[in-house]
Amino acid sequence: MSRWLVPTLYIVFLLLPIYWLLNMSFKTTNEILGTFALIPLEFTLDNYIKIFTDPAWYRGYINSILYVVINTVISVSFALPAAYAFSRYRFLGDKHLFFWLLTNRMAPPAVFALPFFQLYAAIDLFDTHIAVALAHCLFNIPLAVWILEGFMSGVPKQLDEMAYIDGYSFPRFFVKIFMPAVASGIGVAAFFCFMYSWVEMLLSKTLTSVAAKSIAATMTRTASTAGYELGLLAAAGALTIIPGAIVIYFVRNYIARGFSLGRV
Amino acid sequence: MNKTIKQGAWLFVIPVVVLVAFNALIPLMTVVNYSMQETFGDNVFFWEGLRWFEQVLNSERFHDSFVRQITFTAIILLIEVPLGIAIALCMPRKGFWVSVCLVLMALPLLIPWNVVGAMWNIFALPDIGLLGYTINAIGIEYNFTRQPFAAWFTTILMDVWHWTSLVVLLAYAGLSAIPDAYYQAAKIDGASRWAVFIWIQLPKMKRVLTIAILLRFMDSFMIYTEPFVLTGGGPGNTTTFLSIDLVKLALGQFDLGPAAAMSLIYFFIVLLICWVFYTLMMKNEQQ
Repeated sequence: MSRWLVPTLYIVFLLLPIYWLLNMSFKTTNEILGTFALIPLEFTLDNYIKIFTDPAWYRGYINSILYVVINTVISVSFALPAAYAFSRYRFLGDKHLFFWLLTNRMAPPAVFALPFFQLYAAIDLFDTHIAVALAHCLFNIPLAVWILEGFMSGVPKQLDEMAYIDGYSFPRFFVKIFMPAVASGIGVAAFFCFMYSWVEMLLSKTLTSVAAKSIAATMTRTASTAGYELGLLAAAGALTIIPGAIVIYFVRNYIARGFSLGRV
Repeated sequence: MNKTIKQGAWLFVIPVVVLVAFNALIPLMTVVNYSMQETFGDNVFFWEGLRWFEQVLNSERFHDSFVRQITFTAIILLIEVPLGIAIALCMPRKGFWVSVCLVLMALPLLIPWNVVGAMWNIFALPDIGLLGYTINAIGIEYNFTRQPFAAWFTTILMDVWHWTSLVVLLAYAGLSAIPDAYYQAAKIDGASRWAVFIWIQLPKMKRVLTIAILLRFMDSFMIYTEPFVLTGGGPGNTTTFLSIDLVKLALGQFDLGPAAAMSLIYFFIVLLICWVFYTLMMKNEQQ
C-alpha cells in the first residue's frame, strides 16, 4: 500500500492546477474577483457558451486543428520512406543526416520566428493553415523519422527478403506488408506529431493573423484586450486539454517510446 | 541489425531532406545575413562583419540572460531527474492502476504551452489563486509579479509540474525492461535496496536517462511560452531567459543585427551540448 503513496501524492500535485482552472472556468467574473472559493458558488456555463457561439473563439480551435492535422499527414507520409532507408540501409552520410535532422528538433523556435515570418510572407503563404503546417514540419518530421526508425528496426529483415522472394514489387510490399507490420509505430508517430504541433504556440502565433488565427493567438488577444476575463480564459484553456486527453488513451502503452524519440 | 550498403536509399530520404532544408536552411541563412549587416529599413543593408557578434558577446544583457538560463536549466534538471527516478522506483510494475497512473501523469505533457503558463498564472495569483492564496494564508508573503524569488519559485515549480512526468515515463520504461531474474539473484546475494539501485537499476536505466536528460536540457534551454505567459520575463528582467530576451530584441526593439548574432550564438551553444549527448547516446545504443 505504501508503494502507492508517492505516485498518488505526485498525481494530486499534477491535478491541482487543472482543478483550479476548471473551477475558475465555471465562475462568473464577479465571483472570481470578489471571493475566494474552492468550488463555484454561482455555477455558470456562460464562459463555455460564449466560446461555442462566438466565431472569433471557436474558429481558433478549428484553425488549430486544421493545421495540426495537415502537419501530421505531411510529417508521417514524408517520414515513412526516410525512416525505412535509415533502418535498412547504410549510405553515404547517413549518420550525419540523422544527426542533422535531430538538430532541427533542438532549434529554439524563438531563433526562427522572424525569418519564418519573412519566408512565408515572401511566398504568399502568410496567414494560411498550410504555412503553420509546413513550419511545424521543422521539428515534427525529425521526430517522426526518429520514432518510425525505432519501430522499423524492430521488424526483422527477413520479412523484406521473404516478400522479395514471393515476387512482391517494392511499393506493393511497402504498403501491403511493411506498413501493417509497423502500424503501431505509425500510430505513435502520428500521435506525437499531432501533440507537438498542438502544444507549440510561438510559431503558430507568428505565422497567422486573421484567416488562420490559432487558438493561442485568440487567447492572448483576449487576455490583453478584454481586460480581466479570467473565467473565459480558463474555459478556453480547459478546452485545449481535451484533444490530448482523448488521444493519449490510444497510445498509453507506447507513451515512453514516443516521448523518447523512439529510443526506448 | 546488419544493414546493406545501398546508395540508392538516398531517394527515400530526399523528400524529407528537401522539406526540412526549406524550413531550416533558408531561415538560417536569413539569420546569418542579418547577423553581419546593419539596416535602417527599406531593404538597404551595410556590411558589418563580426561587429554584432562582438557586441552581443560583450554585452552585459546577454551575459545576464545566459546566466539566468544556465541556472534555470541546472535547477530544473537537478530537481526533475532525481524526482522522476524516485517516483518511477515507487511505482508497482504491473496492473490496471499503473496504466491509469501513466495516463494521468502524461496529461501535463499534452497541454498547449501557453495554457500551461495561463493555468499557473491563475493558480499562483496571490489574491485568487489556490497556490498564492494558500502560501499567503500560512503567513508567508508571496507575490510572483513583484518578488523575484517568488517569480523564480513559481517558474521552477511550473516546469517541475509540466515535465517531471517525462522523466518518470522514461525511467519507468527502463525499469520495466529489467528481467525478474536480476532481482532474484540480488536477493540471493543479500543485496541491500541501495545496492540493487546502484548496481542493477541505475545501469539498466542509463540509456533512457541519457535521453531524458537530453530532452529536458534541450527543451528547458529554449523555454519561451510558459514563463512569458506566467511572468512576462519579470519582475524587471529576473525571469528573462534566452528565448524571451531574443524575442524582445528581435520583435520588440527590431534590432535585427544583434538579434541575429545572438540567435546564432544561442543555436551554436545548444548544438554543441546536444552533440555531446548524442555521441553518448549512440555509444550506449551500440553496446
